[in-house]
Amino acid sequence: MTELLYGIAVAPFKDMAGSPAFFAEVLIGGVFAGLMYSLVALGFVLIFKASGVFNFAQGAMVLFAALTLVGLIERGVPVALALVLTTAVMVALAWVIERVVLRPLVNQEHIILFMATIGLTFFLEGFGEMVWGANVKKLDIGIPDRSFIVAGIQINQLELSAAVTSAVLVAVLAVFFQRTRIGRALRAVADDHEAALSIGIPLKTIWMIVWSVAGIVAIVAGIMWGAKSGVQFSLSLIALKSLPVLILGGFTSVPGAIVGGLIIGVGEKMGEVYWGPLVGGAIENWFAYVLALAFLLFRPQGLFGEKIIERV
Amino acid sequence: MTLKTLMSGALAAALVAGPMAAAAPAQPKEMFIPLLVYRTGPYAPSGIPIANGFVDYFTLLNERDGGINGVKLTWEECETQYKTDLGIECYEKLKGKGPTGAAVVNPYSTGITYQLIPKASVDKVPVFSMGYGMTAAADGRWFPWVFSFPTTYWSQASAVIRYMAQQEGGMDKLRGKKIVHIFHNSPYGKEANPTLETLARQMGFELTLLAVDHPGQEQGATWLQVRRINPDWIFMSGWGVMNQVAVKEAASKGFKMDHFIGNWWSANESDVVPAGDGAKGYKGATFHAPGTNFKVHADLFKFVYDKGKGGGNKDAVGEALYNRGLVNAMLSAEAIRTAMTKYGNKPLTGEQVRWGMENLNLTEQRLEQLGVKGFTHPIKVTCEDHEGNGPVLIQQWDGKKWTIVSDWISPMRDVVRAKIETAAVEEGKKLGYAMRDCAKEK
Repeated sequence: MTELLYGIAVAPFKDMAGSPAFFAEVLIGGVFAGLMYSLVALGFVLIFKASGVFNFAQGAMVLFAALTLVGLIERGVPVALALVLTTAVMVALAWVIERVVLRPLVNQEHIILFMATIGLTFFLEGFGEMVWGANVKKLDIGIPDRSFIVAGIQINQLELSAAVTSAVLVAVLAVFFQRTRIGRALRAVADDHEAALSIGIPLKTIWMIVWSVAGIVAIVAGIMWGAKSGVQFSLSLIALKSLPVLILGGFTSVPGAIVGGLIIGVGEKMGEVYWGPLVGGAIENWFAYVLALAFLLFRPQGLFGEKIIERV
Repeated sequence: MTLKTLMSGALAAALVAGPMAAAAPAQPKEMFIPLLVYRTGPYAPSGIPIANGFVDYFTLLNERDGGINGVKLTWEECETQYKTDLGIECYEKLKGKGPTGAAVVNPYSTGITYQLIPKASVDKVPVFSMGYGMTAAADGRWFPWVFSFPTTYWSQASAVIRYMAQQEGGMDKLRGKKIVHIFHNSPYGKEANPTLETLARQMGFELTLLAVDHPGQEQGATWLQVRRINPDWIFMSGWGVMNQVAVKEAASKGFKMDHFIGNWWSANESDVVPAGDGAKGYKGATFHAPGTNFKVHADLFKFVYDKGKGGGNKDAVGEALYNRGLVNAMLSAEAIRTAMTKYGNKPLTGEQVRWGMENLNLTEQRLEQLGVKGFTHPIKVTCEDHEGNGPVLIQQWDGKKWTIVSDWISPMRDVVRAKIETAAVEEGKKLGYAMRDCAKEK
C-alpha cells in the first residue's frame, strides 16, 4: 500500500524534478498532440455552435477530405490545385448535406439531426472507400517529418507545423465568429432557429456556410493527421480523441476547443509517462476521458461552454 | 384392398419414382470452405490482400488442376470487419454450407479464434489459425480441433530474440541490452509478453513492455518513453494504423530502423508506405518469402489473372499479406489432399479434414512440386504438435520492397514448448477438455 501511494504521489514528481529536460519534452509533446485534437474538435464546435447539432460525421468528413486530397494528388494533380479541388468537393458536400439531410429536418428535435449525422458517417466512410479505395496512402505535402533538438529537447517538425496551423486556424475562426456579420448570424441561428428566421437570417445559407467551413477545417485536420499516420480508414476514428476535448472545452467555444485540447494533450501524456507504468500502461485513451469528466464535476458546461438556464 | 390392388399401386409408384430416382442429382464433387474476410473497415488494408491470396490460390487449383484430386473447391466470403461478433455470425451462417459442410475455418482474428475454439469440437469443423490465435492450442493433445502451424507468436518472439542475439554477435551478447516490446493492447498484442519475460530472465536483457491502445493513431507518450529508454532493439506486435504510426514515429525520432523488428502482422507494404524513405531498413518477421519469384506466382498470373479471374489487383500479387493468404490457402488445400489419402478422392467432412491437418507432412520435395520451393519451410504436424517446426525469417524494407535478410531462424523450442504444454493444461481445463493419448491414435 505504501509502495502504491509512493508510486502515485511521490515517485512521478521526483522523476519530473530529476529529469527536467525530459519533463519539458513530455509537456511539449502533450501540447502538440492537444493541438492536433483541437483541429478535429473545431469542426464539431462550428456545427454545434451554428445548429445545435452534434455532428457525429466530423471524423468521417476528415477521412473523406484527406482521401479526396490524396486521391487527386496520386492522379497527378498538383498539390495546390488538389487543395482547391478538395475544398470545392467539401463545399459541394456541404450543399448536398444541407439540401438532402438538414433541410427536411428543420425544427426537428436535435436527437433526430444527430441520428442523421450517424447515417452520414456510414455513407461518407463507404462512399470514400468505394471511390478512393481502402489502401493506406502516403500524404506528402512537403511538411518535413524529422526531429531536431533544442536544449536537449527533441521537437518534431511535423508536429510543430500542425501546432502552428491549429493556432492560426483558431485565431481566424475566433475573428470570424466574433467580428463578422456572418459570424453573428451563425450565433443567432445557434441560439434559436425560429427566432433567427423571423428576423430575416437565411437559415439554409447559414447552415451551408457553417458546414462548408467545417469541411475546410476537416481538410486541415485530414492533412495533419494523414501526414502523421497515412491516409486510411482509421482517420475517421480520431473523432474519439476529440470528444474529451469537447467535454472539457465546451461544445460552443472555439477557444475552448484549443484550451481543452491543450489540457487533454498534456494531461494524457503526463498520465501515460509518469503514472501509466503503475497499471501496465496504455492509460492514455481513457485517462483523457477521466480528466474531462473530472472537470465536468465542477463545470458541467465545460470550461468555456455556455451555461444553459431554462425556465420551466 | 386386395393384394392385386396393392401390387398395382406398388408397380405404379415404382414406375413413377424410378426415373425420378435416376434423375436425382448426385452429390456434387465439391468441398466448401467458408472465408471470414475483412475487406472493409479500419483493417481493410490488411484484410484485402489476405483475402485475395486465399481466393486466388483456390481459383488456381480449380482452373489449373480441376480442384483437389477432382474435387472442386467452393467458397463464400463473409465480411467480419475484423469484429468478433460479426465473425461468429459469419461462421454460424456458413458452417453448414456445401455438400459436406465447412471443411476448415480460417478465422483471421485472434478474437474470433478464441470464440470458435469451443465450437470446433461440437460442430466438427477444424479451426486453422495459421500463426495466430491461442498459442496454447498448439498442444494437439488438448486441442485436437485447433491448428496453428507453421508457427506461433511464442515461437516467433523467441526466434526474433535469437536473431537479435545473432546480430549482436552471440546468444550471450544480449546480456545487459535494452529491448522494448511495443504491443497492441489486446490479447493478440500481449501474446508474446510471457515468452519475452522468460527470455529476459534467462538471457539477462532488460525488457520494457509498452502497450498502445486501439487504434494507435496517437503514440506520442509511447515514443517519449522509447526515447528515454534508448533501447538497443525494438520488437513490435502491432496491427492496423498502429503499425504505420509506429514506423513513422521511429523514423522521425531517428531510431535505427534496422534495429526495429515488427512481428508478421506489422510488416506489410501498407505499414511502411506512409513513412516513405524513413521506413528504409525496418525489419519484420515472416514465415514465407515476399515477392513473386516462385512458380506458383507464374501459375497464378497464367491461370488466374490472365483469364480475368483474379481476386484483386495484379500489381498487389506478391505483397507480404497476399502471400500470407496464399500460404494459408495452400496449407489448407494440402491438408485436404492428405485427408484424401485416407478417405478417398471425394468431398470430405470437417472431421476428415481434421485428420488430414494432423497428419500433414509437407516435405521439401512436395514444396517443389507445388511450385513453392524456397517460399516457405517444410512442415510436419503431429497429434502432439499442431504448430509444426516453427522457424522464422526476417525480412527488411529497402524503400520499395521487402527482402529476406536472414536464414531460417529456429525458435527456442526448449522454452516455448514447455510453456505451451503448461498453458494447454490450463486453457484445456477451462474448456472442460481432457488430454488425449496420442499413442493410441497412431
